[in-house]
Amino acid sequence: MNEVNLPFFQKEIKKFKIDLVTQKDSHGSLIYLLQSAQDSYGYIPEKVIHYISEVVGIPAADIYGVITFYSQFRLRPLGKYVIKICEGTACHVNSGKNILKALQNELGISVGETTNDGLFSLQSVACLGCCSLAPVIMVNEETYGSLIPKKIKGIIKKYREL
Amino acid sequence: MKEIRVGLGTCGVSAGGIQVFNTLKSEIDAKKLKVVLKETGCMGMCYEEVLVEVVENGTSFLYAKINPEKAKKIIDQHIIDDRPIEEWIVNNRACSEKEEFFKKQKRIVLRNCGVIDPGSIDEYITRDGYKAIQKVLKELSPEEIIDIIYQSGLRGRGGGGFLTGLKWRFARNAKGEKKYIICNADEGDPGAFMDRSVLEGDPHSVLEGMMIAGRAIGADEAYIYIRAEYPKAILRLENAIKQCAERGYLGTGIFGSDANFKIKIKEGAGAFVCGEETALIASIEGKRGIPRIRPPFPAQKGLWGMPTNINNVETYANIPWIILNGAESFSSMGTEQSKGTKVFALAGKIVRSGLAEVPMGMTINEVVFDVGGGIKDDRKFKAVQMGGPSGGCIPASMGDLKIDYDEITQTGAIMGSGGLIVLDETTCMVDLAKFFLNFTQNESCGKCTFCRIGTKRMLEILDRITMGEGKEEDLDLLESLAYKIKDSSLCGLGQTAPNPVLTTLKYFREEYEAHIRDKKCPAHICPALITYKISAEKCTGCTLCAKKCPVQAISGEVKKPHLINQNECIKCGLCYDACSFGAVEKI
Ligand SMILES: Cc1cc2nc3c(=O)[nH]c(=O)nc-3n(C[C@H](O)[C@H](O)[C@H](O)COP(=O)(O)O)c2cc1C
Ligand code: FES
Repeated sequence: MNEVNLPFFQKEIKKFKIDLVTQKDSHGSLIYLLQSAQDSYGYIPEKVIHYISEVVGIPAADIYGVITFYSQFRLRPLGKYVIKICEGTACHVNSGKNILKALQNELGISVGETTNDGLFSLQSVACLGCCSLAPVIMVNEETYGSLIPKKIKGIIKKYREL
Repeated sequence: MKEIRVGLGTCGVSAGGIQVFNTLKSEIDAKKLKVVLKETGCMGMCYEEVLVEVVENGTSFLYAKINPEKAKKIIDQHIIDDRPIEEWIVNNRACSEKEEFFKKQKRIVLRNCGVIDPGSIDEYITRDGYKAIQKVLKELSPEEIIDIIYQSGLRGRGGGGFLTGLKWRFARNAKGEKKYIICNADEGDPGAFMDRSVLEGDPHSVLEGMMIAGRAIGADEAYIYIRAEYPKAILRLENAIKQCAERGYLGTGIFGSDANFKIKIKEGAGAFVCGEETALIASIEGKRGIPRIRPPFPAQKGLWGMPTNINNVETYANIPWIILNGAESFSSMGTEQSKGTKVFALAGKIVRSGLAEVPMGMTINEVVFDVGGGIKDDRKFKAVQMGGPSGGCIPASMGDLKIDYDEITQTGAIMGSGGLIVLDETTCMVDLAKFFLNFTQNESCGKCTFCRIGTKRMLEILDRITMGEGKEEDLDLLESLAYKIKDSSLCGLGQTAPNPVLTTLKYFREEYEAHIRDKKCPAHICPALITYKISAEKCTGCTLCAKKCPVQAISGEVKKPHLINQNECIKCGLCYDACSFGAVEKI
C-alpha cells in the first residue's frame, strides 16, 4: 500500500491497521479495516472513508453502504460511558422494558443518542450473553445484572461522579 | 494438591468472577499456599455464578454465589484449615442442586466446559484432545471419515438440521481447485449463548472438528465467522489457534502428515442475517451481508466461488467425539431421526437458567422441570419459545413432546440453534410475538419485498392490537400476510419470520382476542391495556405515588387512601413501581 498516492491529510490520520492490507486482498479486508478504524477513532470519520477508498480502490459510496448495513459501525462519536441495554428475549420477558424506561428518564435521551455533556450514550443490543442475570445492562465493560428500575439512578450517579 | 477452579465465562465475569479470581490469587500469593488456581469456561450453572470449585483427589466441592469476601473465607477455612464450608456448597445441599441439574444431562459437546482451562492446550490434550484428528490422518481415508459422520446421524446444530455427513459428501465431490471450511459462530438468536460458551470453555474441540472436516472434504483453509459482541470467545480462539500453530497442529504438514491446514478468524459486525450461510460468505468477502439464491449451495459455490463446507460451532464440537467413540455410540442416543445430544441455553422464567446438554428424545417437561428446576417464584408454566426469531412457542399442554427435529417442526416452532426461553403466566404472547417480529423486521436485509414491507405491516397490526385498537379482522389479515411472507422470501430469515406470530395465534388465539374484544391484556404487560387502581385496604396514604405521578392524576390526603383519576392517568406505571406496600394494582 505504500506506493499508493495519498494526497490528503496523511499526517492527521491515526494509525489503524491499514498498512497491513494490500490491494490484492482489499475486498475481503474492508470490514476488518473499518473495525480497526473505529477502534482508533471511536467512530468512522468521513475522511477515513475516503482514505480507505483511496487505498483499497473501492468506491466511497460502496464503503458507506457496508458501514450502514452493519449495526456495529457508527458515523458519529460516542459518549464517555456507553450504556448497552440488552433487548434480548430473556431480558425482554424479565421486564427489560422498564429498565430502558428508567434509563431514558434518568438520562433524558433515547436509544442511539448521546447526552449533551458527552458523558453517556445509550445503545440497545440483541443479547449480552448473560441471560441468567436478566435484565442486564452494560456500562463500558462493566455488567449490571438482575436489575430493577430503582437501581438505575444509583448506577448513573456513580458514573456522573467518577 | 488442591485445585481451585473459577468459572470465567461471560456469565461468571458478569457476576463478578474477575474480582473473585483476583482475590483468590492475591490470598494465595500472600499466604504462599500450594494450590493450583485456574480459570475455566462456563459449567452451565449460570444461575449460581460466581462458581468456585475446589477439587482434591477427585472429590469436588462446588461453591455457589461467591463474592470476594466469601472467597477469602474459602481460602482460610477450606484451603488452609481443611474444613469445607458446608452451607455454601451446592453439591452438598439436601436437594443436591448439582446432581439434579446434571443427572439427566449427557455431556458430549460440553465434555470439557467448566472442567479444563480453555487457555491450555495441554489440558485439552489430556482429555483425549487432538487424538481424533491424528487417528483420521493416520488411519482413515476422507471417504471413511464422511461415512462415519454420515452413519452417526449427526445433523447440523445451527438450526437447519441438515445431515452433516451428506453435506460433507457434497463438498467432497464438488470440483474446485481450492476448498474452504467455515465455522458459523454468528449466534444471532437473541437470548441464546450455547456457541459462545463452547468457544469460551473449549475452543480446541471446535478447531479439531474443523481440521477433521478439512481433511474429509479436501480443504486446507478455514474461517471462523464470529460476532464481534463475543470478545472473550475471540480471545480464546486466537490463543488456541496460536498454540496449535506453535505445535505444528496448524500450518503445513500438520501432525507430521502431508496435510496443510490454516484457520483465520473473521469478526462479524452485527447483522442477524449474516448467520445465514450465503450472507455470511458475502460478509467474509467484505460485502454487505445479503443472501443469494441457492442453489448453487455453498458446497458447490461458496467462498470466493469455491466449494465450501459451512457448519455451526456445536456441530464441529461433536466431531472429535464421534471419531473417537464411533458412529454407533452417537446414534444409540436420541430418536429415529434425531441422534446424539443437543445443547440448550435455558433462560426466561426458569429456576436454573444456564446451559444444559440433553440427549435427543427427552421431553420438554423433563428439560424444564427436571433439568431446569421448574418455573421461578412457583408461577404457572405457560410455554417454551424455541428457535428464537425463526421459531415459535410451544404451549405447556404439549410438554410431553420429544426434543426431535421433526416433531418440533410439526408444532410450527423449530429446534433452532438451542435457545429455549421459558415463559410463565406473566408473559403476554402478543407482546412476545411483537418482540420477535420487531427484531426480524429490523434485521431484514431489505432484498425481498414481502420480507421488507410485509413484516412492517404485520408489526403495525400487532402494535395496534397491543394498543387496544385492534380490529376483529386483524387476525385473519395477520395470517394471510404471514403465509405470503413465508412463500415469497428468498432466505430463511423471511421464510421463518412469521413463525412467532403464527404459533402464538395457533396456541394462544384467545389472548389476541382478549386484546381486541375486551381491550384487556391478560398478563398485564401491554401498557395501554392496563388499568391502575389503588387498593384502599393496602394504601397507607404515604403520598409517594402522588408525588411520582407526572400528570398529577393521583389525589388523597396524607394517611388516607389515595385515588387515581382514570381520565388523567397516562399509564406510565411510575406509581406502581414507587409503592412500597403493593397497594397499586394492575387490572
Ligand atoms: C436468518 C438466518 C440466521 C441464521 N443464523 C445462524 C447462526 O447464528 N448460527 C448458525 O450456526 N447458523 C445460522 N443459520 C443457519 C445457517 O444458514 C447454516 O444453515 C448453518 O450454519 C449450517 O451449519 P449446520 O449444518 O452445522 O447447522 C441461520 C440461518 C438463517 C436463515
Ligand atoms: S437476553 Fe439479555 S443477556 Fe441474553
